[in-house]
Amino acid sequence: MAERSFKAEIEHLRLGEGETFTGEGILAITKALLESGVGYVGGYQGAPISHLMDVLADAQDLLGELGIRFEANANEAAAAAMLAASVHYPIRGAVTFKGPVGVNVASDALANLSSSGVTGGALVIVGEDYGEGSSIMQERTHAFAMKSQFWLLDPRPNLTSIVKSVSDGFELSEASNTPVMLMVRIRSCHLTGTFLCRDNQKPKLNVRDALSSPRSDFARVVLPPMSYLHEQDKIKNRWPAAEKYIRDNQLNEVFGSKDRDFGIVVQGGMYNGLIRALQRLGLADIFGRTEVPIYVLNVTYPLISDEFLAFAAGKSHLLVVEEGQPEFIETQLGSFLYRAESQTKLHGKGMFPMAGEYTGAVMLEAVTSFIKTAAPAMLAAIVRAPNVDHPAIPDLSRTVPIRPPGFCTGCPERPIFAAMKMVEKELGKHQIAADIGCHLFGALPPFEIGGATMGFGLGPAGNGAFDGGGERRPVAIIGDGGFWHNGLSSSFTNMAFNKSDGVAIVVDNFYSAATGGQDVMSSRADNATKATKNPIAKALNGIGITWVRQIDRTYDVAKMRDTIREALTTSEPGPKVIVASSECMLNKQRREKPLAQMAIKDGRRVATPRFGIDEAVCTGDHACIRLSGCPSLSVKQLDDPLRDDPVATIDQSCVGCGNCGEVSDAAILCPSFYRADVVHNPGTWERRVAGLRGAAIGWLQRRRDARQLTFERGAN
Amino acid sequence: MPPAPPDPIIGGVIKLALLAVGGQGGGVLTGWIEDLARANGYVAQATSVAGVAQRTGATVYYVEMAPEGPITPVFSLMPTAGDVDVMITAEMMEAGRSIMRGFVTPDRTVLITSTHRALAVSEKVAPGNGIADSAEVMAAAEIAARRLIAADFDALAVQAGSVISASLFGALAASGVLPFPRKAFEAAIQASGKGVEGSLRAFSAGFDATQSQHEAPHLAKTTISAMPPKGPEKLRAAWATLGARVMDMPAPVAELAALGLRKVVEFQDIDYGAVYLDRLDRILAQDNAPFTLSLAAAKYVANAMVYDDIIRVADLKTRTGRMTRIAREMGAKERNLIHLTEFLHPRAEEIVSLLPARMGARWQANKRRMKLINHLFNRGHRMRTDTMGAFLTLYLLGGLKGWRLRTWRHSQEVEHLEGWINTALGYLPQYDLAVEVIRCRRLIKGYSDTHARGMSKFDRVLEGIAIVAGREDAALWAARLREAALLDEEGKALDGALATIRSFI
Repeated sequence: MAERSFKAEIEHLRLGEGETFTGEGILAITKALLESGVGYVGGYQGAPISHLMDVLADAQDLLGELGIRFEANANEAAAAAMLAASVHYPIRGAVTFKGPVGVNVASDALANLSSSGVTGGALVIVGEDYGEGSSIMQERTHAFAMKSQFWLLDPRPNLTSIVKSVSDGFELSEASNTPVMLMVRIRSCHLTGTFLCRDNQKPKLNVRDALSSPRSDFARVVLPPMSYLHEQDKIKNRWPAAEKYIRDNQLNEVFGSKDRDFGIVVQGGMYNGLIRALQRLGLADIFGRTEVPIYVLNVTYPLISDEFLAFAAGKSHLLVVEEGQPEFIETQLGSFLYRAESQTKLHGKGMFPMAGEYTGAVMLEAVTSFIKTAAPAMLAAIVRAPNVDHPAIPDLSRTVPIRPPGFCTGCPERPIFAAMKMVEKELGKHQIAADIGCHLFGALPPFEIGGATMGFGLGPAGNGAFDGGGERRPVAIIGDGGFWHNGLSSSFTNMAFNKSDGVAIVVDNFYSAATGGQDVMSSRADNATKATKNPIAKALNGIGITWVRQIDRTYDVAKMRDTIREALTTSEPGPKVIVASSECMLNKQRREKPLAQMAIKDGRRVATPRFGIDEAVCTGDHACIRLSGCPSLSVKQLDDPLRDDPVATIDQSCVGCGNCGEVSDAAILCPSFYRADVVHNPGTWERRVAGLRGAAIGWLQRRRDARQLTFERGAN
Repeated sequence: MPPAPPDPIIGGVIKLALLAVGGQGGGVLTGWIEDLARANGYVAQATSVAGVAQRTGATVYYVEMAPEGPITPVFSLMPTAGDVDVMITAEMMEAGRSIMRGFVTPDRTVLITSTHRALAVSEKVAPGNGIADSAEVMAAAEIAARRLIAADFDALAVQAGSVISASLFGALAASGVLPFPRKAFEAAIQASGKGVEGSLRAFSAGFDATQSQHEAPHLAKTTISAMPPKGPEKLRAAWATLGARVMDMPAPVAELAALGLRKVVEFQDIDYGAVYLDRLDRILAQDNAPFTLSLAAAKYVANAMVYDDIIRVADLKTRTGRMTRIAREMGAKERNLIHLTEFLHPRAEEIVSLLPARMGARWQANKRRMKLINHLFNRGHRMRTDTMGAFLTLYLLGGLKGWRLRTWRHSQEVEHLEGWINTALGYLPQYDLAVEVIRCRRLIKGYSDTHARGMSKFDRVLEGIAIVAGREDAALWAARLREAALLDEEGKALDGALATIRSFI
């Protein structure tokens, strides 16, 4: 079960012809898929399209009613491979994953699919993770479309345009026998707005019926000599067909005046940002109406030469708004102009920075400088020669601390890294390779463990060069998400086959946690449609790894530490794998908190644990924080002139995971932590015993107080 | 407040950005704002950045709205520097971040911020005080914002049993920057249907705090004076005598000395308090107005005399009133019970430190014996101090005060303390240097390894000070060394500072 439930929103997916949908981008995309008569959907979660997978999973009943098959694919390669169903059968299929990392994983299948060509419309919805908030390397998915020759849609970021591009995508795919990729940027996925609905359509042929009349066609197999023919077919037939469809159906749009001698070419996704810059320059109104000629590329690949040249005709300056690098579109448009022997001057990178997100400020600056060059008369005097006095705002860059993401309160991965840090203090620094997922936060302060990540499921593989061993063993960390995504085959069989001497720690938190808590093979939850509860240790044994230690409570820091130490020092040959399992606290709380509250209400006995600190015992050295970094463990300045340094404190968000107590014990830090279990609805007997204890303790305390001086508001 | 200059062409668009830390309900607040707009004849668009930033990092939410018309407006997907009408920040440093990013400008932005702090990891891990200065951000906010609304909206929400998103929504309503009445705001909360009552209470609190522009209630500052203790008549008389000695001290010193005296007497007894005052008197005798040296000594001698041994920890954990305080902190009700678990992990060093001085010294020198004691005691002890056995154990240990002054630990502490005071006074008449040496006591804190590291840092700083002692700027260097030692755990900054000193000597 995922972190966020869309059960309530799913009802909006049933809206019919003429009704208005109000909601988020991902739901709009789902609705558009249903309206397009899609036959199967799938994908692999990852920001920013994690929630699209969650919506699909939550909508399984509705999908079932329409005869649509939903697969939560094992990884992006599996998702893309699933589109093979559209090669021979006239069934529309859609899969989703993040770009460009998901596209990297999927690229083998995408290349084969593109070579074979499709009969039914095949749509890949890619969440382009670029710019602010991105969690990955900054690259473009665009290059994949170019190398495999599938078509790339980049619609204007409003729900109506995005919804339209889904049905356009299927039509285009079928018209040109080519898979189509629909790119949505980070902000578009959670963009809210409205659009006018159409009725949902059942697929004309559903996947079950397809199995009753199987098809095959030797000509579609990627083998010589057909693969040569595929290449020819791409260029001679599919590409021209795509161009024709795009042109005839006006997938790209032209706005603004026809008789200006300059214009702007913009990726659909950047349209709103461009309009905002023009609005601020006084060149567009609130509705985006403008005199400036704009050619909007809702299809960014392929580019349509004659359509573009028609727009460029009679213009002396053109600006290309293309985010990211290299500047594929600008280069191609320049080539079109050159071949047409055009005199039009093409601007783009140069006015825009080559690298980085096109933020509002970047966009405004570049567009201003373009208009100054191409049509200075259009600018208001104030923009041409700004002369405004702004008060100097103090520089806060040395004051405001950065706030990198980190482990949540009560995260079961924290004690693993605390244990690793303790072992590191004993045995020295080790070579550590990390994977992708929450555990990567371990590379940040306060732990600073792990130096590199090579991709999802590739953590232990990243230590391949060190598999032969040495004075100190290499350590790799990988999550359960990474393990099942690609880790079992690429990392662990690699270790086993090469008789690695290395250590791998599998951080098993029962979910694909970083992407929002989706179930994986080893999840402990019951899942009606997925096979869960398959232990990781069993898979490891299956590929011949025998030194496997299963830890079922990562919060046992001492055991965690001792096991890691054992793995690093044992004389046993072969891979040493520790499976450290405890449930993701976010998900656990979400599941258990309502149950506990219900139980308390019903009068059942419930003990809720939380940690606290005796201020007087804490000396303010913050050693506990350096081994924890828990958000609920903070520091506070005491109102005591005798104290210089703030003492540790635990706030109400503490979930009582026990890590701080365990760490202060295992690392022998200090005795200031205590755990308080508040017992709700205690039994009569329990209450009586507690009463007796309280009375005896009270007597002892009064006895001592009577013999010494006690102060009203003492140090304690 | 002067009206915002109307934007000639896109004047109708209201741009609102929200900067929140994970878990503050930024998404909920954004949802309320767009529902509010749509329910009141506006078209609205909200965006947010999904991703790992939602875990514990700072997240930006952005809403644009405009009156409904025949055509849908084109909205931007992200806030732009210099083009934000309302900036809401759910934490003080996030206000600073929004100012740094240019989202707060004097010509248009109303800044609504909570003044509370959610500390970043970098602020928490410093061995000393690494907390960023909120006053600096507040000063910048006064300059950068067209109008500033600042209050501890977190405290207001917690008091109302809700989350900060609700109190900030109240502040937004009260600020009047959105063209909707209070009722419309409350309707948006009611329509969401989750935790409505608590949210409405917090909304109200945020609304009122903004209208009256009063800060949220602030804890009263403690008065610095010796409070009359409870206890046997004889001891109270003795306390009065010591109190009189404190009163005779110069005014600023007396205030701290009263606190220091209370601390050492609570730690041990009246006689120990007298020793504290004797030590202070010795320093006062060599001091003159404004008594900086004695002030430092009043604080640090008390801290040094109140060392953290097993007896003190056991005493503090069995004090009257502790259970009541914990029950209050945990929000436990009368009908609840509380189980208390302590995490204790004594090492041989701690055990041996309780032995008589000479015996303790001998045992500690004997490696085999220490190993044996470690074998017997060195492990985690979970003690349920709400039960008799565990409580009695700690109670008896806490009652060993009569024995304390004979222990090995005490003799070590006295030797260290005397050495430190002598070193400081030995630097006189280099007055500032003596003060800095006294202040170095701040480096010693923590238990076991942390304590040992503090001790070693203290020693190294004092060695460094000895090297520069003759110089005119010796006090400056001493302060620098101490601050460097507090920067990181391993003492890398201190090593650097020491290397610098050695380079010019």
